[in-house]
Amino acid sequence: MTLNIDLLVNLVYIVSAVLFVFGLKMLGSPATARKGNLLSSLGMLIAIVITLVNEIKLPWENIVAGLIVGSLIGAFAARKVEMTGMPELVALFNGFGGASSLLVGLAAVFVAGNTTFTNITIILSILIGGVTLTGSFIAYGKLSERLPSKAIQFSGQQIFNGVLVLAIIVSAVMFCLQPAVDSPWLIAVIVLSLVFGIMITIPIGGADMPVVIALLNSYSGLAACAAGFVLNNNLLIVSGSLVGASGLILTNIMCKAMNRSLNNVLFSGFGAAKVSSAKIEGEVKPINPDDAYLILEAAQNVCIVPGYGMAVAQAQHVVRELSDHLESNGCEVSFAIHPVAGRMPGHMNVLLAEANVPYDQLVEMDEINPRMSNMDVAIVIGANDVVNPAANEDEGSPLYGMPVINVTEARTVFVLKRSMGSGFSGVDNPLFFGDNTRMLFGDAKESISHIVGEFKS
Amino acid sequence: MEAVYLSFILMLSIFLGLELIAKVPATLHTPLMSGSNAISGITVVGALTAANQGSSDVALWLGTAAVALATINVVGGYMVTDRMLAMFKKKD
Repeated sequence: MTLNIDLLVNLVYIVSAVLFVFGLKMLGSPATARKGNLLSSLGMLIAIVITLVNEIKLPWENIVAGLIVGSLIGAFAARKVEMTGMPELVALFNGFGGASSLLVGLAAVFVAGNTTFTNITIILSILIGGVTLTGSFIAYGKLSERLPSKAIQFSGQQIFNGVLVLAIIVSAVMFCLQPAVDSPWLIAVIVLSLVFGIMITIPIGGADMPVVIALLNSYSGLAACAAGFVLNNNLLIVSGSLVGASGLILTNIMCKAMNRSLNNVLFSGFGAAKVSSAKIEGEVKPINPDDAYLILEAAQNVCIVPGYGMAVAQAQHVVRELSDHLESNGCEVSFAIHPVAGRMPGHMNVLLAEANVPYDQLVEMDEINPRMSNMDVAIVIGANDVVNPAANEDEGSPLYGMPVINVTEARTVFVLKRSMGSGFSGVDNPLFFGDNTRMLFGDAKESISHIVGEFKS
Repeated sequence: MEAVYLSFILMLSIFLGLELIAKVPATLHTPLMSGSNAISGITVVGALTAANQGSSDVALWLGTAAVALATINVVGGYMVTDRMLAMFKKKD
C-alpha cells in the first residue's frame, strides 16, 4: 500500500513539474502570461495537496497553522505592495525562500542515519539558504533606503571574505565527518553563512541592485534544489533549477546591459570611488512648459524615455495622458525602455502597464536606437544614467561602454528633472549640457500636467 | 547511485530552464521574477516532509516555520504576479 501511495505522489509530482514548465512557457507572451501563472499555481496546489495526503500522520495543528499564517502574510503583502515597491517585495520573498530551505536542511539533521551524501546536501541547503536569507534582507534594506544605498567597503574586505569562505569550508567538512544534532560545527556553518550573505551584499552599490536581486532569485532556486537533494525529492530539484536558471539568465542580461562582468558588479563597489576625468563643457538651457507644449504640438514622432524617477514622482499616469493627447494630435509615440531602467528587470514595463500604457507601445533599447534620428522630440523623464552619452564617448567615465539610449540623436531632447543632481550611480551627465537639450526643471508630474492642460485647452 | 540519478535530473532541468526563460520577453521580466519566486516556494513540499521525518519536537517546529515561510512565497508570489499580469494590455 505504501508503495502505491509513493508511486501516486511521484506521478502527481510529474504533473506539477509539467504545469510549472507550461506556466513558464506561457510567460513567453503577455497575451498568455496570466493563464500561465494560473497553471503554475495549479501545479503548486496539487503538489501541496498530494504531499499532505501522503504525510497524513502529520501533526495537523502545526501544519495548518503554518499554512494559514504564511498564506495570510503572503496575500496581505501581495495586495498592499505598490508597483514602485516591487523590487523590495521580491527581495523579501527571496529571503523567505532562503530561510525556508535553511530550516528544511536543519530539520533533516534530526533524522537518524543520514548518509555522507545527505549530510553534504544538508550543509549546502543550510549554506545557500543562509546566504540568500541575509543577502536578500540587506538588498531589501538598501532598496527601501532603510540602509544607505552606497557601496560599503573597508580595507581588508577581500581578506576578511577569504577567511570567511575558508572557515565555512572547514566547518562544513568537520560537520560531515562527525554529523550530530548538537555539533558546534553545524552552528558555525549557520552563523558563517548568515554573515557571508551580509558580506557579499554590502559592497554593492544601489545602482547595481537589479543584478543582485536577480542573482538572489537564482540562489533561492538553488537553495530549493539543495533541499530537494536532502529529501530525495525530484519536484524540488526540477522547480528549484527552473528558478535558478531564470535568475541566472536575468543576471546575465542585466550585466550585459551595463557592459560589466558579474565579478565587476559583485566586487568593484561601483560608483563609490571612481571620479570621471572629463570636464563637461556647454551650458544648461532651461525651457518652460509652455514652450515645450509648442514644440510637442508640432512633433510627428515622439519618444518617451522613462526612468525610476518617473515612478517616484508618480508621473506615469500623466505621462500616459500626454501620450494619448500626442497620438490624437497625429503624432506617433513610443516608450523606450532600457534593460536596467527601474530597480529590477522589467520594472519600468510594470509601472507603465499600471498606468495603462499598452505593452506594444514599449520598445526595447536595441530596437529604438536605430530609429532615434527620426524622432522630433525625445522626452527623458526621471532617467539619467541610461541616457548618458558619456557611456559612448568619454573613456574616463565609469559608465563607458555601457549601452545607452541615444537620445542625443533626436532633434530635440527634453529632460525633466528636479534639479541639477547626478544619477543613482553618482556619475555626471553631459546630456544636460547638449546643444539640442532643453531642461524642464521642476516636479515631473506638475510639468507634464501643465503640458497636458495646454493640449486640453 | 541515488546521487547520480538526482544530479542527472538537476542537469536536465537547468538546461530546460535556460531554454524556457530565454524566450521570456524583457517586458515580462518582473512578473517572471515574482512568478519564479512563487515556484521556489516549492520548498513548502519539502518542509511538509521534513516536519514529519524527525522524531524530535525541534524538527517539527523547524518544519512548521519552514512551511509558513515557504507559503508566504507561494501565495504572495502567485498573487502579486497575477496582479501585475492583469495590468498588461494590448493597444486597442
